Amino acid sequence: MGNVGAKEIPELLNAEGRRIDGRKLDELRSITMKVGPLTRADGSAFVEWGENKVMAAVYGPREVHPRHLMQTSKAIIQCRYNMAAFSVDERKRPGQDRRSQEISKVITEAFESVVFTEEFPKTSIDIYIEVLQANAGTRCAGLVAASLALADAGIPMADLVSAVAVGKVAGRIALDLKKEEDNFGEADLPMALVPQSGRLVLIQMEGHLNRDELRQALDLGTKGCREIYDRMREALRAKYDTPTSAVSAGVPA
Amino acid sequence: MSEVVSAEIQTTHIIDLARAGRRLDGRGIDDWRPVTVEPGYVKSADGSALVHVGDTAVLCGVKLEIGKPFPDTPNAGVLTTNAELIALSSPTFEPGPPQPEAIELSRVVDRSIRAAETIDLTKLCVTPSEKCWTCYVDIHCLDHTGNLIDAAQLAALGALTHATVPAKRFGVGEHDYPLDVSHFPVECTFVRLGDRIVADPTFEEETAGQGRLTVATDEQGNVVAMQKGKIGAFSPEEVVETVERAFRHGDRLRNVVRGT
Repeated sequence: MGNVGAKEIPELLNAEGRRIDGRKLDELRSITMKVGPLTRADGSAFVEWGENKVMAAVYGPREVHPRHLMQTSKAIIQCRYNMAAFSVDERKRPGQDRRSQEISKVITEAFESVVFTEEFPKTSIDIYIEVLQANAGTRCAGLVAASLALADAGIPMADLVSAVAVGKVAGRIALDLKKEEDNFGEADLPMALVPQSGRLVLIQMEGHLNRDELRQALDLGTKGCREIYDRMREALRAKYDTPTSAVSAGVPA
Repeated sequence: MSEVVSAEIQTTHIIDLARAGRRLDGRGIDDWRPVTVEPGYVKSADGSALVHVGDTAVLCGVKLEIGKPFPDTPNAGVLTTNAELIALSSPTFEPGPPQPEAIELSRVVDRSIRAAETIDLTKLCVTPSEKCWTCYVDIHCLDHTGNLIDAAQLAALGALTHATVPAKRFGVGEHDYPLDVSHFPVECTFVRLGDRIVADPTFEEETAGQGRLTVATDEQGNVVAMQKGKIGAFSPEEVVETVERAFRHGDRLRNVVRGT
């Protein structure tokens, strides 16, 4: 993948089958989710996933800007995925690069596949995803955060959307790649699942996978998404188990 | 430009037809429109190809120039892909900065070419850290009647396959020589119409579609890139079946590009 001319490739899988951070092939990084950390947004969520920190906010349904995008039969979803300049090793120039625009597009389409947009004609549901600290898998972390934020905003949808990336590391299919595995691995396949229907609303892939590996990757990813889905439901429930004053305390710890 | 108004009755009709295994233009669910690749269409480019998929027409031109390697890849040349959805190709395209649709198109094409290691970029290095070839792949959509992704990707592959490195012109060699193409990735796009998944969608089918899936395969039995687009969803089983179809069509289209 993107390792042309790179100097040294770290040992990604040791003799005991453990990965660079000690995980097994089918193991997720540690994840914490917090629903409703922001005060002003209609819905929000903060996800810490391995070394990723991602905040998502949802505003709306509200008036459409720019107006010409308005649709008379349904709400439109406008999603903006953005990486903070300081979120990566080498400072990223602020603003929407082509990668961010593509990710925003596929995330928008993933949510348009589950949100009951026809219930809010002539409005916009705006989703803002800010990657504060990045370590591979930010689009999946962003999608999970946005999904929780949509639920927090009370937007009706068929189901929560769960997401994870699967990849190929040292010849083996592995769940939830971290940065080194993403940079030096042989394939990366981010996916988003609608758990109740078992269907995928986001699929991207880059690298080399043969037929069997692809099937394995889809199986492992589906399993991972279901695990994350359980955590998402817990996080949502946790918000309503907490007294209101604690929730509105704002910014995450 | 992202939204095209389509009569509800036509959408319903297209989906009803698909359920019966038929399509508006008479094709079967898995049939492609005729594909032609005309290499060397633009003489001023170092490589070019005009591709027709049915009435969809896409022109790709490759230009090679001497540039500087990126600091993080001192031993490799540079490959950049850019696609323009120029306004002459569709009433829904407007002049101006690239819209998300055009960005997605160039990135999906670029991903297949890059991931498949179509061009061994280390061979484009002239002097490490100082001098390398920069390979520009510029894609112009001329007539959009559906499935721009596959037409654009075939055009890019066709242009690269028949490209020449202008070494003499840039004073880095005695003779120009053919660009070394190591792999032949081909992208195949499908859309869901009801419970059927059709190959090589027309514009009307894309508009009626409930999810789009693009799969790039190489000649060695690998999937090298995928992209799901538009509103809609696919089950993992459907993805696996679609990948199988992409291998079959990919093998056929590879031969069209390579002229065998």
